[in-house]
Amino acid sequence: MSVNELFKQDLKVINMGLESFYEELRSQDVDTIHVDWKPAAGGDKKMASLLGRLKGL
Amino acid sequence: MIQSIVRKNAYYDSVTLMLISREMKSIEGVEEVLVGMGTELNLDLVRNLKMFDANLEDVTPNDLFIAAKFNDELVTMEQLVNSFDEQINRKKEASAGDYRPPTLRSAIDHLGGANLVQISIPGQYAAEEAETALKAGLHVMMFSDNVSIKDELRLKQVAVEKGLLMMGPDCGTAIINGVPLCFANVVSKGRIGLVGASGTGTQEITVRIDQLGEGLSQVIGTGGRDLREEIGGLMMIQGIEALLKDPETDVIVLVSKPPHPTVEKKIVDLVKQADKPVVIDFIGGDAASIIAAGATPCVSLEDAARKAVALLRGEKVEDFDGFDAPEEEIEKLVSDAASTLAADQKYLRALYTGGTLADEAIKYLGENYPIYSNIPLTPDRALANLGGLEGHICLDLGEDEFTRGRPHPMIDPLTRTEFFKTHVDGSTAVVLVDVVIGYGSHEDPAGAVAESVNAARERLLAENKDLVVVASVTGTDKDPQDLAQSITTLERAGIIVMPSNAQAVRLVGRIMDKIGA
Repeated sequence: MSVNELFKQDLKVINMGLESFYEELRSQDVDTIHVDWKPAAGGDKKMASLLGRLKGL
Repeated sequence: MIQSIVRKNAYYDSVTLMLISREMKSIEGVEEVLVGMGTELNLDLVRNLKMFDANLEDVTPNDLFIAAKFNDELVTMEQLVNSFDEQINRKKEASAGDYRPPTLRSAIDHLGGANLVQISIPGQYAAEEAETALKAGLHVMMFSDNVSIKDELRLKQVAVEKGLLMMGPDCGTAIINGVPLCFANVVSKGRIGLVGASGTGTQEITVRIDQLGEGLSQVIGTGGRDLREEIGGLMMIQGIEALLKDPETDVIVLVSKPPHPTVEKKIVDLVKQADKPVVIDFIGGDAASIIAAGATPCVSLEDAARKAVALLRGEKVEDFDGFDAPEEEIEKLVSDAASTLAADQKYLRALYTGGTLADEAIKYLGENYPIYSNIPLTPDRALANLGGLEGHICLDLGEDEFTRGRPHPMIDPLTRTEFFKTHVDGSTAVVLVDVVIGYGSHEDPAGAVAESVNAARERLLAENKDLVVVASVTGTDKDPQDLAQSITTLERAGIIVMPSNAQAVRLVGRIMDKIGA
């Protein structure tokens, strides 16, 4: 969807990270969902990068 | 006593944890407490606070830890852990019932028709998630920083190829289809579109447009590095092109620090072809190329708002470098302020939470006064070169050096409260502050400033001295904190509230001239 098409739609937001941003969107009745995000591979960078490469396959 | 506990595989976001840490610090008997995820940065902080113990040796970034230094006659570790649980459960209860998918992909499936992903996870993970979003055809607003410039370029290239917005990394402000994202104000819908590479600069322009009775069609953020040579202004160009095509936008405003010359040329070339009026504030940048492109340059953020409104209304466009109030009123304000100061009160303390607002103050006041800062005009004016407090100081308290392990001062006023205590003394003449309200910001920043000012005045009373305090509020009457309420709170504390940052800065300049600072 191009930027100009986005301008014509209702905003539907996926929030990842700070929960306060999600709560503020919700308080404005914006259609939104919060991802229960956790670092991949328990924060192990090496493992996360391997997983990232696998996902890219 | 020093103790710590670790909870394996329990993830909470940094702002939530930092705010809880702060609450726990106020428990009687607690000397220091840090609640965080086991990242290198957090563990460094624990070591610096001398609270590292054997428990923390195997902690990973996916584990939560609580480390505390406390008087065990007054409080126990168990009580501290209970306090943490109570606070986190309260948060959970507030959002009970919402389904929270574990990954971005499952969120895309679940929400259906999602069109934008807002990302504020730690920087090292942010690029990968943004790429997933863009490849799924979603626009991205990325608040996360610490993303490499290489990743930023790659993400923006993908976005341009797919015709999407990649706002950020390090993008704090946008308003898309009337919805404020991250740190933004509630402004009227209108016919002025804006593309901004600077967060509080964008906020200041949008609120002044709102106050002048007009509104915004779209406000697109780019992140602060977009106009660097490496990125080439990819998102600013994408934003300008979208606003040129947008039938709801009649006037376009661009705001950024001065771009790299090659990037400036690209933007100016695009603006030359524009069939809509364009107002450009390359803060402190050269006006010549802007004029040559047929666009309108500005002398301040407020001036950008006024010119955009004038162009929209077909009114005469002229520089605004004065005050809303008549000259006699300003002169009286200046004289009254100066008369409250003792002869040895000479120095400025500008304590800003908004980086672009601080930048605007330094650029204006720095023309006539040596202003020491963490974002100095020239390297010799770096704060470290001042040593003590005998000089004019203007700080951007949102910079990394002041925010390690604590929220940005727009979210939590604590950093500025501390600077009021350490940097405002009997040699201080004028204190200059910004009060940024709107979504993302603290629930009552004006109240926190008022409290700090009252406490500082009480301290100075012992020396039989007073202070002059000048503020401006970046906000609208539709913001959750309410503009009028914020102004009343400040004025009740004897703070002079000006209608914009530019006017607050100019008034401070006049007071400094008057007292021969």
